[in-house]
Amino acid sequence: MTPGGVVTLVLLTAGAAFFVAGAIGLLRFPDTFSRLHALTKVDNLGLGLVAAGVALQMTSPLQWLKLLLVWLLVMLSGAVASQLIAQHARRAQDR
Amino acid sequence: MREYLLAVIAALLTALLLGMARVILGPTPADRMLSAQLFGTTGTAILLVAAVAVDRPALLDVALVLAVLAPITVVAFVHLAGARQ
Repeated sequence: MTPGGVVTLVLLTAGAAFFVAGAIGLLRFPDTFSRLHALTKVDNLGLGLVAAGVALQMTSPLQWLKLLLVWLLVMLSGAVASQLIAQHARRAQDR
Repeated sequence: MREYLLAVIAALLTALLLGMARVILGPTPADRMLSAQLFGTTGTAILLVAAVAVDRPALLDVALVLAVLAPITVVAFVHLAGARQ
């Protein structure tokens, strides 16, 4: 296997570990806000590591750009969605 | 290499399955929407890995579309849940 292939596998394994950890956090944490904390790690680091690992296997700059765009979009939407859900959960809690 | 990538996809699917339990357990609608967000992110990651595993770079475009559309569910949920009150 090429050195790039080994790095890809390491990055993908680390990324998948973040996904599984995030899912376990979603399942085990006690309230909505701490569950939100587990999910943001998945959005930022988990997908970032997976995208980096996949980028090493792609050849054209357009594909690298797409991978970067996917990661940035998910980070942006994750940030917005977290704020919205937290606001909603807090309003529901106050009632 | 390919077998390992498929194993990574299997691990990601396991994460989806764990997230599914939170949909069933709840207890609030906000918790269930958190699972929907996990589904969107994990689905995107599965598509990215699959693009390499089955050697179809077009799957990157599918992942891009999913990344764009996934947050709409959350926005719609907060919007509608806020309007109902």
